[in-house]
Amino acid sequence: MTPVLEIDGLVKHFGAGRGQAVHAVDGASLSIAPGEVLGLVGESGSGKSTVGRCILRLTDPTAGTIRLDDTDITHLSRRALRPLRRDVHIVFQDPYSSLNPRFSVGRIVGEPLRRHRVASGRELADRVAAMLERVGLAASLSRRYPHELSGGQRQRVGLARSLILEPKLVVADEPVSALDVSVQASVLNLMTDLQRDMGFSCLFITHDLSVVKYLADRIAVMYLGQIVETGPAAEIFASPQHPYTQALLSAAPVPDPVEQRERSRVVLGGDIPSPLDPPAGCRFHTRCPVAVERCRTEEPALVSRRDGGGPVACHLVTGADVPDLTAI
Amino acid sequence: MAEQVVERPAAPVSPGERGRLWRRFRRRPMPMTGLVLVVAFLVLALAGPMLTRDPSAQDYNAIMMPSSGAHPLGTDDLGRDALARIASGARISLQAGLLSTLLALTVGIPIGLVAGFYRRWLDPVVMRLVDVVLAFPFLVFAVGLAAILGPSLRGVVLALSFIQLPQVIRITRGEVLAAREMDYVAAAIADGSTDGHILARYILPNCAGPLIVQATVAIPIAIIGEATLSFLGLGVQPPTPSWGVMLTTAQQYLDQAPWLAIWPGVMIALATLGFNLLGDGLRDVLDPRSGT
Repeated sequence: MTPVLEIDGLVKHFGAGRGQAVHAVDGASLSIAPGEVLGLVGESGSGKSTVGRCILRLTDPTAGTIRLDDTDITHLSRRALRPLRRDVHIVFQDPYSSLNPRFSVGRIVGEPLRRHRVASGRELADRVAAMLERVGLAASLSRRYPHELSGGQRQRVGLARSLILEPKLVVADEPVSALDVSVQASVLNLMTDLQRDMGFSCLFITHDLSVVKYLADRIAVMYLGQIVETGPAAEIFASPQHPYTQALLSAAPVPDPVEQRERSRVVLGGDIPSPLDPPAGCRFHTRCPVAVERCRTEEPALVSRRDGGGPVACHLVTGADVPDLTAI
Repeated sequence: MAEQVVERPAAPVSPGERGRLWRRFRRRPMPMTGLVLVVAFLVLALAGPMLTRDPSAQDYNAIMMPSSGAHPLGTDDLGRDALARIASGARISLQAGLLSTLLALTVGIPIGLVAGFYRRWLDPVVMRLVDVVLAFPFLVFAVGLAAILGPSLRGVVLALSFIQLPQVIRITRGEVLAAREMDYVAAAIADGSTDGHILARYILPNCAGPLIVQATVAIPIAIIGEATLSFLGLGVQPPTPSWGVMLTTAQQYLDQAPWLAIWPGVMIALATLGFNLLGDGLRDVLDPRSGT
């Protein structure tokens, strides 16, 4: 089956003046099968949102290719891209800036239908009402304006807008991280249900591993513009291979207080290095607790593990014996 | 590692907010004074000439008479009714203020929108041209235009709109630069919207506040500009009664008939004050960023 989305060697550099460039994404590759949810995980500044924006061509990639349903969209003009936008949409992190304050809720949700001339008049209103109810909002909200809604309601409106054309792929860029924890859970449950019912593929971008634990089929971990490990979600959670994935996992709290107290943790020092001047060799070596000399000079490739698990970009995992970080 | 979301204020006005903004505006004395003065000026300009005498009718039995029952504001050196001329002058001032501002908005907003939205080569070119226009002395430009077109209201309006253009372009462009980064614009692209649709329905409405403020600030400047040019003989020509023209005549008779200079002067001051107070009030309400 052809993947819904296939990204190969994606590079995005932002000019930062004086010949410098921010290496936001530096050679990321991933693919999503029909109906699959891929969790793209990484900390702030890892470039995960830029990947999402490149897929929608909200920013133009510097190099690499993006294929949607076997169509290369990397260099399509905005005009040529427009009809393809029926199949992809995006949910943003900030529910306050993602809705036009001058449009009513009904107008916002119905815009994709109008722009692609899919429905109008009575039919449009009916479809908007049905979609609003599907995301758990009363159809009567369609006459309200965004500033009259709560953050959770706004995010549901954003979800309704991105799903009303029944796209094949939804890019969800930190869709719940701006919400209260109690609201997060209900929006996540809603997304899980909708994904199961409608069967769209989803690139779920988040910095919080616990958010994608139950939602994602596969997980890709990103660090400083590169994907360092991918694999089935269960496998990543059960036996993370890359030291960075291990650190990310141990940063997510465990709900059981006894277990939380007992477990050993990998704590990273410092901040993510500047993407203006990424470290040579393995980009993670400056913070890696187990880095060796080779990591400082030679960049590890994303290669499959010897035991057949998902690919990892780490000399220690793919080259020699896997060090048990938790024993340090 | 937690990512923080900075809560941005929603754009200044959305339909449901209008009532709240009006209540906030109404409570303040200064903007309300401005509103009253502007309304009075509009009534004078629109209805005044119909209620007063013919501003060109000469009465040789009443030359430079002080105020009386027949001529409430007195008469000028040719025996014309000063009140009628003030009312007709208001109409000229209103035309100069409104037409030049409207013209500047009509030309400037599209330029600012396109320059700010597309950037690329257009943006630096437009902004350098704006700098050039800003560096141009207004009077020198007006004299040149008067030389080409002949002194007239049309020349005044063109000159006044031309000097307003840089501000309109800069404000529009600045607002566009901020608005185009909003996620709702990205969402509109994802919806499949064309650029024209995004500019008209997403970007422009969300820059409207500062532009309305700019317009109310520009109108009084244009009113003074018209009076200045007409006073210097570069604008409206006698016998058409412009406040500036009336001042020119009046300065010859300051000793004998000071009221001829006082009334046009007071009118210019009041009309300008009214628009400025109104503009300040609108700015406070519509454009919170520039708050004092």
